[in-house]
Amino acid sequence: MSAVKGVSFSIAPGEMVGFLGANGAGKTTTLKMLCGLIHPSAGEVLVAGHRPQRRHPDFLRRITLVMGQKQQLIWDLPPMDSLRVNAAVYGIPDRVARRRINELSDLLELGEELTRPVRKLSLGQRMKAELLAALLHEPEVLFLDEPTLGLDVNAQMRVRQFLADYNRRTGATVLLTSHYMADITALCPRVMLIHQGQLFHDGALDRLASRLAPERHVRLELEQPAPAEAFAALGQLDRLENCEVNLRVDPALLTSVLAQILARFEVRDLEVNDPPIDQLIGELFRQGSL
Amino acid sequence: MRIFGLNWRIIRALLSSQYAHMLEYRAEIALWALSGVLPFIMLSLWSGSAARAELGLDGVALDRYFLSAFLVRQFSVVWVVYAFEEDALLGRLSPYLLQPLHPLWRYVAAHLGEQLTRLPFAALIAALFFLIQPQAFWVPSLGGLLLAWMATWMAFAIAFLLQSLIASLCFWSEKATALERLLFLPFLFFSGLLAPLTAFPPAVRAWVQWTPFPYLIDFPARVLSGDPVNLAGGFAAQLGWVLLLLPLVLLLWRAGVRRYSAMGA
Repeated sequence: MSAVKGVSFSIAPGEMVGFLGANGAGKTTTLKMLCGLIHPSAGEVLVAGHRPQRRHPDFLRRITLVMGQKQQLIWDLPPMDSLRVNAAVYGIPDRVARRRINELSDLLELGEELTRPVRKLSLGQRMKAELLAALLHEPEVLFLDEPTLGLDVNAQMRVRQFLADYNRRTGATVLLTSHYMADITALCPRVMLIHQGQLFHDGALDRLASRLAPERHVRLELEQPAPAEAFAALGQLDRLENCEVNLRVDPALLTSVLAQILARFEVRDLEVNDPPIDQLIGELFRQGSL
Repeated sequence: MRIFGLNWRIIRALLSSQYAHMLEYRAEIALWALSGVLPFIMLSLWSGSAARAELGLDGVALDRYFLSAFLVRQFSVVWVVYAFEEDALLGRLSPYLLQPLHPLWRYVAAHLGEQLTRLPFAALIAALFFLIQPQAFWVPSLGGLLLAWMATWMAFAIAFLLQSLIASLCFWSEKATALERLLFLPFLFFSGLLAPLTAFPPAVRAWVQWTPFPYLIDFPARVLSGDPVNLAGGFAAQLGWVLLLLPLVLLLWRAGVRRYSAMGA
């Protein structure tokens, strides 16, 4: 059984890319292959000029992986102890490590939390401390698997803001998976959608919307009510309540359909919309299929 | 400069963090130290038995042997397979695998931190033993103490490598700890924890010498208690087992990492 098959893409340095897919679609497997935790059975993976599965120390110094609820911080000790270990392991001089910890803790709004045992921190504080530990060595490539999972809305926003700042400041490349569409829309101009182990979409987020739901949404407010049959030839009727009408229309026919509507009915108001992307993706995640 | 991936700064950071971590569990570690009194139970059994004459150790020598066996055991207890299995199952191993340091060093540091935490409790139990058995009191020479410390450390290294070999099987089986229990029985009988090896018939003794078990307790305990022992032969056997097990662990580890699928992640 293949978890992923024929997935092929390249990401330029400094890009922030969202990686979407339902549970079990192959996102985490792909991330683990990219960071060297899983050896691909076929094909080739190249990250920062290295084959990840070799886990060469130079490669490991240039990447980081943050996995939602999985932690590297020592549970019973303050994050600062784990940070000292990380600084030694990555060979970061004490002075540089102190400066980076100060900078990153400012950005993440972490203060005395760094000196309190990890087990006494809230989930949001823990996640931020995990991010600090994962970024202390200033990696060039960040693999983030659900970095905001379980956080409240404010903490999600802070983590998002931090990631955007980090990317701007260091020019790091980021590949991010998240079930929260707000993470993707706020951070990633480019998204990849994986489905049943294969890449379904790779491009701009708004183009994904037209692939997932190829119809346009037309909302009408008429001067006079009209029967349902009057709209049969125009598109898929979603809603008809007195003078309020919602239609789904094939984009290729949109101009002619609008012309027909304006010719046949007295229209008080008219709107043409794309379906909301988060609604489409949410539906996709709920159903687990395209 | 790094030797085996380590430098002084990494060693210091790992040891200080792991010692601080183990101090959080000091009450539990005190209980572990207490639960290691099996050699004292065996001492009381052998002391009251007519068969003690066959051990080749007189009264005081037997007391000292079992106290030494207790101390050696305290500082060579290994639990890496349990810690490793938990880390692998909960996905904590993944971040360790992605750092430029072999994950086994973290477990070595954790064991050393635990031994340091255990030290005062083990010393207290030894002091209590001398209060009860004052005739057994002795102070080893500095040279003897150094040799005993080396032999105990080598015993720890062998035990650690043996368990790491089993722990590496976690990459294939999620329940490698069950295999460790298979090793525990021969360890119990042939290490010298229940009885000095001299208690066994010569044929069994000759066969057991070819296993790693006598070098885990019997040999270092005899060095510490000052019994006449073949030092060169004992240390050579310990070194031989370390040199045999180390490449096996590294090979199995490398093969295991290749098929690791980051369970629990």
